[in-house]
Amino acid sequence: MRGQVSRRTVIGFIAPAVFGLAIVGIAPLLYAAWTSLHFFNLIKLKQVKFIGLENYWTVLTDEVFWQAMGRTFFLLCTALPLQLALGLGIALVLHKPGLTILKTLARLSLVLPMATTYAVVGLLGQVMFNQKFGVINQMLGGANINWIGDPTNAFAMIIFWDVWQWTPFVALVLLAGLTMVPGEVEEAARLETKSWWTVLRYVQLPFLLPGLVAVLILRTADTLKLFDMVFTLTRGGPGAATEFISLMIQRVGFRGFDQGLASAQAIILLIITIILAQIYIRVFYKEV
Amino acid sequence: MNTTRSLASQILLLFVIIAVCVFPFYWMVTTSLKTQIVALEAPPVWIFEPTLNNYREALFEDGVLRTLINSLIIAISTTVLAIVLGVPAAFALARFEFRGKKDLWFWFITNRMVSPIVLALPFFLIARNLGMLDKHITLILIYLTFNLPIVIWIVTDQFRGIPYDLDEAARLEGASQFTIMRKICLPLAMPGVAVSAIFSFIFSWNELMFGLILTRSEAKTAPAMAVSFMEGYNLPYGKIMATSTLIVIPVLIFALLASKQLVRGLTMGAVK
Repeated sequence: MRGQVSRRTVIGFIAPAVFGLAIVGIAPLLYAAWTSLHFFNLIKLKQVKFIGLENYWTVLTDEVFWQAMGRTFFLLCTALPLQLALGLGIALVLHKPGLTILKTLARLSLVLPMATTYAVVGLLGQVMFNQKFGVINQMLGGANINWIGDPTNAFAMIIFWDVWQWTPFVALVLLAGLTMVPGEVEEAARLETKSWWTVLRYVQLPFLLPGLVAVLILRTADTLKLFDMVFTLTRGGPGAATEFISLMIQRVGFRGFDQGLASAQAIILLIITIILAQIYIRVFYKEV
Repeated sequence: MNTTRSLASQILLLFVIIAVCVFPFYWMVTTSLKTQIVALEAPPVWIFEPTLNNYREALFEDGVLRTLINSLIIAISTTVLAIVLGVPAAFALARFEFRGKKDLWFWFITNRMVSPIVLALPFFLIARNLGMLDKHITLILIYLTFNLPIVIWIVTDQFRGIPYDLDEAARLEGASQFTIMRKICLPLAMPGVAVSAIFSFIFSWNELMFGLILTRSEAKTAPAMAVSFMEGYNLPYGKIMATSTLIVIPVLIFALLASKQLVRGLTMGAVK
């Protein structure tokens, strides 16, 4: 039968990858799980001792942890709708026939933000949103807005850059969906109705759904991962205004030196991620 | 009349999209050509006498050149390693039936989603205990956590698209599975391998957090270097933007080369 090979052949092919990923992906997690069960402080290494689930208890009852989690989901809930709305708009414009050269140019420009080094986005943010010599305040008619030093403004600025960097992704995913709609079907629908909304809702939406679900899940995972851009832009500040979950764990582990507690936080974050990945695989890889 | 207006508004919209996407890069490059005095002018100036001084100083006096070379060594090595390890696994996932295939697949996908900070904590402690801090090899290995899954996904997808008839003919000739992969399927899967290599390179080149936590000076990566300029009171904005430009240009070129497959790669094949 097709695809039937000896167990040994299978092992020969997959062992290198599995072994490689086990060393870098699993061993550290086991070590993190071990650390999370201990009092483990980088500057008090002599006092490492087993404390059971105490770190987990501390995390689960820790206001700061849940605030960071809440902040992370608040960012997701503000940035993602913007990305979806703008992305859909851009996709619809690019999907219209005509103006080929300009549209190709626009599609290529959309690639740029997604590929930009996250750290560089943060550095660019520092320069462009600077209160005194930033170009953003200049464009706002010589406004004197303190973007980086004010909690609300700093958050808005993070939303801005997240939207700038990932709207193109949403737009291109949705555009790919739109091009899947058979031409005849779309034309027939357009003869029936003049309303673009009706066409979108009843003809195009079914083709957009897989892309929308992918965007939803991947943006959630990426927001939980968000670190580089915020670290270079605000370091989580001012105060804790932009301290998202990954930044908080980094602070606890490397600036607060409490590796035990940070590991417990990381394990909890990992569990949330695994649930998310489960959903993703259930939705997309049914055939495997 | 109505159509002209709608066409005009469409053109306007397209120009706005392009401008918003490109403007930050324009600002980055022009700032990198400003002297510190010009860069700190308020409100910012748009017309000035450009200088390459920031690039000269950053590259040769502050050691950005070395960090770029470090980034290059690390990104290329991890990419090659990911492909060498990943391609056979992708072949097995695409071609063989075996128990645990689903779990394997799931594990690879989960790795794409795990926040790097989850791995950074234990990796730091392990690397410190083994004396592997500030070594290229440490980053090369840890970047496998996101490169290996992406190589496996893209290449599995590519292998699936190759008809079975080809390998069946070869098997009748007595070729081993490994020979079939190497001689028949791999050449046909090269486009997928190339795209996954580009992705792997971009992700590794762009990575900051592991670079920040696991390197100090010897193996310091370019993004970590750019961030280290951010310390102190008088920030050298021109120099920071010059370094940023040097970091970003190679990835933008690669991304444009792979632009057709970018969406597919970023969604792990969920969107064709």
